[in-house]
Amino acid sequence: MSIFGEVPQAPPVAVFKLSADFREDSHPQKVNLGVGAYRTDECLPWVLPVVKKVEKLIVEDSSLNHEYLPILGLPEFRSASSKVALGDDCAAIKDNRVGGVQALGGTGALRIGAEFLRRWYNGVNNTATPVYVSAPTWENHNSVFADAGFKDIRPYHYWDAANRGLDLAGLLDDLEKAPEHSIFVLHACAHNPTGTDPTQEEWKKIAEIMKRRNLFVFFDSAYQGFASGSLDKDAWAIRYFVSEGFELFVAQSFSKNFGLYNERVGNLTIVAQDGENLTRILSQMEKIVRTTWSNPPSQGARIVSKTLNCPELFAEWKGNVKTMADRVLLMRDQLKGKLQALNTPGTWEHITQQIGMFSFTGLNPKQVEFMIKERHVYLMASGRINMCGLTSSNIDYVAQSIHDAVTKVQ
Amino acid sequence: MATQVVISLCLPMFTPRQEVPRKDFCPPLRKTQTPGRLTWQGEVLGVQTPGFTAAVRLGAELLRNWYDHCAAWCGPVYLSSPCDDSLAGIFQAAGIQDIREYYYWDDQQRGVCLDKLLEDLEKAPERSVVVLSASAHYPTGADLSHNQWAVITELIMRRRLFPFLLLPPQALCYGNVERAAWPVHYCASQGMELLCAQSFSHCFGLYGEAVGHLLCVLKQNSLLLSVQSQAATIVKSLWAQPSAGGANIVATVLSNPAHVVEWKEEVKHIVERCMLIRELLRERLRLLGAPGCWDRLTQQSGLYCNTGLNEDQVEFLSQRRHVYLLPSGCLNVSAINGRNLDYIAESIHRALTTSL
Repeated sequence: MSIFGEVPQAPPVAVFKLSADFREDSHPQKVNLGVGAYRTDECLPWVLPVVKKVEKLIVEDSSLNHEYLPILGLPEFRSASSKVALGDDCAAIKDNRVGGVQALGGTGALRIGAEFLRRWYNGVNNTATPVYVSAPTWENHNSVFADAGFKDIRPYHYWDAANRGLDLAGLLDDLEKAPEHSIFVLHACAHNPTGTDPTQEEWKKIAEIMKRRNLFVFFDSAYQGFASGSLDKDAWAIRYFVSEGFELFVAQSFSKNFGLYNERVGNLTIVAQDGENLTRILSQMEKIVRTTWSNPPSQGARIVSKTLNCPELFAEWKGNVKTMADRVLLMRDQLKGKLQALNTPGTWEHITQQIGMFSFTGLNPKQVEFMIKERHVYLMASGRINMCGLTSSNIDYVAQSIHDAVTKVQ
Repeated sequence: MATQVVISLCLPMFTPRQEVPRKDFCPPLRKTQTPGRLTWQGEVLGVQTPGFTAAVRLGAELLRNWYDHCAAWCGPVYLSSPCDDSLAGIFQAAGIQDIREYYYWDDQQRGVCLDKLLEDLEKAPERSVVVLSASAHYPTGADLSHNQWAVITELIMRRRLFPFLLLPPQALCYGNVERAAWPVHYCASQGMELLCAQSFSHCFGLYGEAVGHLLCVLKQNSLLLSVQSQAATIVKSLWAQPSAGGANIVATVLSNPAHVVEWKEEVKHIVERCMLIRELLRERLRLLGAPGCWDRLTQQSGLYCNTGLNEDQVEFLSQRRHVYLLPSGCLNVSAINGRNLDYIAESIHRALTTSL
């Protein structure tokens, strides 16, 4: 009798199951709009040219070896990552109160940040501190904070399905009513899965309440540069909060904007009140990392670090990022245009108003099922599509499929 | 693919059955019969992890969540005395607070004291987890013999304990990959379920690339998918997926026979250098007339060696001679070379003979 005899089968991750179903589908016109990665117009993964170039430089560099990185990671990676999020002229950086922890992707950064907060925020080991995540949000947010030990994870109003936009009133109301010191997970830009971000004025309102009510700001920044094509524009919210004097965390991912998905390159940026606080925080972060992965992998971090720290490579990278962002913007424009040309019922403005990789189409579960079963166009049950899955070859078919779904299925 | 070839390092009688889409999980392996080799029934699950610590952490989380589920198991976990001082923290981070020690290294005997080890494990509550080093024990370098393994595994099975094997520096003891993994084969051949955390830091020199692996040997193949799915759930909220770079290197080498030959030669080179240093150090100490018997230097193997120096002597070495050892008196023999050998031998001699 096995000691694991009681282990139940866990449900598969929805997005991976979707991709698996897509792979098994033999329909010639099948389209995968569930994939969470960038695709070229040929529907292939894209290794950024600057990444290819830097990989070669790293391989040729005989001064490099495979010794362990420090527990907190490659120093030049950490500082460059924090700088790209907070801006070159960030006062907090100049005041030496900004630190970074290299992590295994955005997930790793979130987890280390969550573990720290559970141990040291709002008391010691206070697992009762409420953690608020947007409704809807990336589904792994719930698991990360729950597995870090938080017992009370709540949704905050975010998506207004009726108006296909941000439910600002609901969001602000939740902020006013949340217990003091609650943790709020905010998407820095290109909200996943809705693609709907607050405007600058709306961010200011959010910040005002959070400051007044002593709520903790935890930014999830997975799409900097990818959303608008501009690194600075996409980091506006983070930089605003920092300029307002908040102590906060930013979980950064370089999976999307560097196309380094499988190298697991992330950074937890910490903005502390002063350098002395920062030192103590980092010492505790080290202890947490030590029992999780001990020393992070160097390959991805070296690529990002070399790129961010060299002006020519940095410029080239920004160009590559803009290439990806521009293709997404083009697909948004074209999809909206085609739906309008087909006179598809409903309004489709949200497709170009939303930003980043994802779009909440507004299709209901029955319509989604139609899309998958009858048209072999795969998307998430929530109606979320990944714009990167659209290409000039399949966009007509997808637009027609959406039109059919909306007109035939209620 | 990475995990397929890695599992074959520990359990070479297995061959892969099929490809699976998720690269970080190993497909079920089919047992092939090889005359004279250890054989057994069961299934093997492999999970690539970002390094050795991560493999131990994943194993600890799996146990805490699913070992003896209905009894809400939460320990104890037994670690050798001494052991890698980060191990306790990893199990505790996974939520297991009850960490205990079992007797391992005996200062007097300058080796493993089996009697006291067995005594401690005999007293362990049923369902305890016992963490055992498969080879190149850190930090002592003292390993269990085949006979000792036979006696210990008999006790483990009789007392219904669970073995969690550690294999960080595979092949660095004897230069022989299979020999280092023998304890894993043996336990599996006895029909035991086990976890084994592996690292490719040392045997590939890929320290900074975080290449690790957690092996899980299960009795029933019907459990493979459920245990795999639960491992995936745990990984998802820790690091989501492992890092590819280093694993690609290892997989590429191990799946190409010519590369494997080259790799084994290079590992042998490391091992031979360590063995040579041990010989030379022992000889120098003998010539200097350093008190005590230094045979253990060549009886132990791998990177680490327990000099037997006490805390005061270790402090003397660092303060007065600028020779830095771990507080336990253990040192990494590869840090010794032609230029510093004499100085180090002389320093050890002085530490032992100066009245402190």
